[in-house]
Amino acid sequence: MIPLADRPLDAEIARILRLFDEAGAVLVDLPVLLPAERLLDLYGEDIRARAYTTRDPEAGELMLRPDFTVPVVDRHMASGAEPARYSYAGKVFRVQEPGSNRPPEYDQVGFELLGADDPAAADAEVFALIARALAHLGLRAAMGDMALLRAAVTGLKTSAPRKAALLRHLWRPRRFRALLDRYGGVTPVPPARAALVAAAREGRDLLKGAGPAIGLRTREEVRERIAALVADAEEPPISEGERALLDELLGLKAKAPAALTRLRDLAVDMAAIEPAVNAVARRLEALAARGVDVEALDFEGSYGRTSLEYYDGFVFGFYAEARPDLPPVATGGRYDALTRALGGGRAIPAVGGVIRPALSLALAEPQREARP
Amino acid sequence: MTLRLALPSKGRLMEKTFEWFAERGVRLERTGSERQYAARAEGIEGLQPVLMSASEIPRELAAGRVHLGVTGSDLVREQIPDWERKVEALVPMGFGHADLVIAVPEFWVDVDTLDDLDAVAAAFRARHGHRLRIATKYHRLVREFLRAHGVADYRLVDSQGATEGTVRHGTAEAIADITSTGETLRANHLKVLSDGTVHRSQATLFRSRMAAWDEAASAEYRALCERLGIDP
Repeated sequence: MIPLADRPLDAEIARILRLFDEAGAVLVDLPVLLPAERLLDLYGEDIRARAYTTRDPEAGELMLRPDFTVPVVDRHMASGAEPARYSYAGKVFRVQEPGSNRPPEYDQVGFELLGADDPAAADAEVFALIARALAHLGLRAAMGDMALLRAAVTGLKTSAPRKAALLRHLWRPRRFRALLDRYGGVTPVPPARAALVAAAREGRDLLKGAGPAIGLRTREEVRERIAALVADAEEPPISEGERALLDELLGLKAKAPAALTRLRDLAVDMAAIEPAVNAVARRLEALAARGVDVEALDFEGSYGRTSLEYYDGFVFGFYAEARPDLPPVATGGRYDALTRALGGGRAIPAVGGVIRPALSLALAEPQREARP
Repeated sequence: MTLRLALPSKGRLMEKTFEWFAERGVRLERTGSERQYAARAEGIEGLQPVLMSASEIPRELAAGRVHLGVTGSDLVREQIPDWERKVEALVPMGFGHADLVIAVPEFWVDVDTLDDLDAVAAAFRARHGHRLRIATKYHRLVREFLRAHGVADYRLVDSQGATEGTVRHGTAEAIADITSTGETLRANHLKVLSDGTVHRSQATLFRSRMAAWDEAASAEYRALCERLGIDP
């Protein structure tokens, strides 16, 4: 049940939970301790720099939850009927940068919608609900869509391995750029690789005398990669035109309606993004139908590219413009691919958002005090 | 005794450190028995040498329990988050050279750069169902280095010793470890990536920013700097 409110923060949490409750959410209680192995598998080694680790004599390494996504999906996979709406409130724990004054533990109140058929409607439902909970604060909302970038990369006129490599680094902008420059012929092929490819083309057995095969990676895997490098060297560069279009998409920053017009223009030259652009259009219509002022929404082509959460579609955040020192008051997005990774191949459409109640409370208080 | 100076308590690192100070007119000598880890500086009343394990010196510097300390720059970077806020590197001492490098099996002829390592890590994960393992004891340095270079799909496995043997023993696919000549790597059929040097370490005199720098300690420090010929 919704907790009794005797502290202002508890009251704020209860207020938000009540809204989520009215939206049909089931309030769930989720574990704080998660198996480290599972998070490492999902997020990679970087999670160690972000999450607190502890140890259980029997269960081994555990992590204090850095967010609620994994436990929510686990809980749903175990028992949920679809579509399902969940709400939750509790602490998350994140190691902060040295010298940072941001708290290592703080509350989140969240809403997740799993298994809904109509993605545009589901995205709009979650966004509108979070927007309603924060309406009194006059926050700036920004959004993006990782599906656009994915579609643009998938549509490049280049080999499947090159597309796969770019897609794998969507969330690492610097590495993505380095790969794109390499594939575009902007940066030269490293000399050692050029020499390797030349030697392989002469038909020499490069593994002869190269030392014993130690470790799990086999000689066969080395040979396969040499073959892949030779094939890649034959690939024509990704054209300047295609790279320019990608840059235009990544640099797009406008109010949502203007951004949609730009996206439609881009789709004339980048046909691959058309379905994703149509999805953006349907989402904006669904948002408008829920009473969201889409004219005021900021749309950014690169939004969500540096978050840890691995959102892979719609992404959004709410910001206090007068307080650029604060992290976003709320964030959210779609994470279908994450459910596939967690569910052992079974993907569920999933979208959700979290509010930091300490921030929404702090931002509301001066306004309350200012009133007579 | 106002200025506490932490020195490595054992082996060549200790000998070289004592020599380094002696060459600059600061004669350090051990007092008591070999096992007491006590020392004094001849003719400098206010300087208190403290002998301890080189791997504990970063912690003592960061906590401000010593004013100065001699240890490897790799240990300071690995053990103290955002180390420059806590300590200042005064002077590299020109010995104890060791490079922290990423090394892979020699027969990986297709791998020469971090870019290659990243590509191989992706293929390895798809093929073997788990991330490519890199054995190291320098978790922070290696993780930050690999993140900065956009290497993904690896995981670090802890190795506190004999790290070069882990690949041959099947507990890792690659390593990140300290090497001075590369001989041990070669003996274990490993090679260093051409852009895989994480850090070039050497023995360094550090100053703690966290210690109590009262007037006496500051005066003593300035006098010591003058003897050593370094800028305070």
